[in-house]
Amino acid sequence: MSPIAINASSSIGSSATADATAPVRIAVRNLNFYYGDFRGLKDINLNFHDRQVTALIGPSGCGKSTLLRTFNRIYSLYPDQRAEGEILLDGRNVLSSSIDVNELRARVGMVFQKPTPFPMSIWDNIAFGIRLYEKLPKSELDDRIEEALRKAALWDEVKDKLRQSGMGLSGGQQQRLCIARTIAQRPEVILFDEPTSALDPISTGKIEELIEQLRSEFTIVIVTHNMQQAARISQFTAFMYLGELVEFGETTKIFMNPNKKQTQDYITGRFG
Amino acid sequence: MDAATPSNLAAPVAWGRVRRGRHVADQALKIICTVFTMLGALVLGWILMMLLVEGFSALSPAVFTQVTPGPGTQGGGIANAIVGSLILTFLGIVVATPVGVLAGTYLAEYGKGSKLAEVIRFLNDILLSAPSILIGLFVYTLMVQPMGGYSGWAGGVALAIIATPVIVRTTEDMLRIVPGSLREAGAALGAPMSTVIMSISWRAARAGMLTGILLAMARIAGETAPLLFTALNNNFWFKPNLMGGVSNLPVMIYQFALAPYQNWRELAWAGALLITLSILALSIVARMFLKKDGAR
Repeated sequence: MSPIAINASSSIGSSATADATAPVRIAVRNLNFYYGDFRGLKDINLNFHDRQVTALIGPSGCGKSTLLRTFNRIYSLYPDQRAEGEILLDGRNVLSSSIDVNELRARVGMVFQKPTPFPMSIWDNIAFGIRLYEKLPKSELDDRIEEALRKAALWDEVKDKLRQSGMGLSGGQQQRLCIARTIAQRPEVILFDEPTSALDPISTGKIEELIEQLRSEFTIVIVTHNMQQAARISQFTAFMYLGELVEFGETTKIFMNPNKKQTQDYITGRFG
Repeated sequence: MDAATPSNLAAPVAWGRVRRGRHVADQALKIICTVFTMLGALVLGWILMMLLVEGFSALSPAVFTQVTPGPGTQGGGIANAIVGSLILTFLGIVVATPVGVLAGTYLAEYGKGSKLAEVIRFLNDILLSAPSILIGLFVYTLMVQPMGGYSGWAGGVALAIIATPVIVRTTEDMLRIVPGSLREAGAALGAPMSTVIMSISWRAARAGMLTGILLAMARIAGETAPLLFTALNNNFWFKPNLMGGVSNLPVMIYQFALAPYQNWRELAWAGALLITLSILALSIVARMFLKKDGAR
């Protein structure tokens, strides 16, 4: 076994154990995805459980980010991308044309690889998302913003400079600001697209801790290149390769005793 | 990889392979480029020096308080031309800014990859370099003839047509350098595209967009040709409704610079200096905006 696998397995179990009986929040059925003529996802079938962290892992180009980007239909910003099949969020097919994408995105939040603070104050960054869907008096808005910043473990660092630009924060703080912005909208699901790959180890640790805490309220899907991270923070893991779902299961099972040889090879660092 | 062993290394190359001619060519290019740069700078410096010397010696309080003198009279100022130029430039920029900003926004945000946007971008580039006298003639037939005479309104529209393509271009360029990830982040919060554009893209690009507007202002402040057929000129204070000729600095310079009267020629120098200084000031302010934004 390679050192990676040893490290990974030694940290498994540091997070809560998987609850496979938790209700299914997102059900993916026969999902295919196309970039123009290129088929980026092939017949994906997968369930995501309520208030569990599911990690999507696999080598670059395997389709894990593509899959994540179908849940809030963010891909539809680009005209040549399309998805076929069903993604059921609480039983409703979010790919159906009758669903309002903007309303969907307020329910399914997303945090990106690079921190993306808007060019406005910290307070306005968070108010932006809340105001899109709720009309609140300022005092209530203040409370919601404080609550979001506290949950994102950023309150103590920024409470005295809420009126300063969000661009002035450090990378790790900016990413927590983006998380605060997302949870302030009170979504049901939060999608994380490699949220720590642009951050230093200490900031990464803080974000991981945060995801751990957010699990009690939100259903979380995270794409990560870092296998130790997947092992540390997720309860379920899906391994993807070349646009297909190779294996899905409880994280402990995937990392300790995978069914497929491909999974085993990837996790032990033999390819990818 | 294993380290290369001496046996698979090529024999060392002898020194002295670079011909002397190459050093000469190398130096020659450097010298030629420097000489021509100096030549350009010299001409520019000459013009500026002459402008500063002649312009400042022509400046007096009367320049700012009195109207342009008639033929054969002494003294006089260019107060009416200064105010007229300010009004015409303001009119032009007020008309051009919304058109330019919205068209630039269409090109950068909505028209991505569309044929229509490509055609508009091409036409805008042509308009950007169109001879300004043509624009003057165009507005003459469009406004001056139907309205039965010259007017400040026609002058403002002609200047707006010159300023618009500049603003379209800078707006599009500035919006294009706003990272797509910022738009995605806005959309991911459930913001419709209009909100993303107005609250995020415009805000991120505002310094650059403002710079474009200021540079367009600097461009039209010195335009003469489009005003010849539209606002013309006026040796007195123009009417408050801007109908009839409206005095302005560029056309005043055009008419006074070659006149046989000494005081007219001096006023032309004073006007040229004022235009140049205001363009310089606009450019400096524009640069400051960009710098401040870059430092943020």
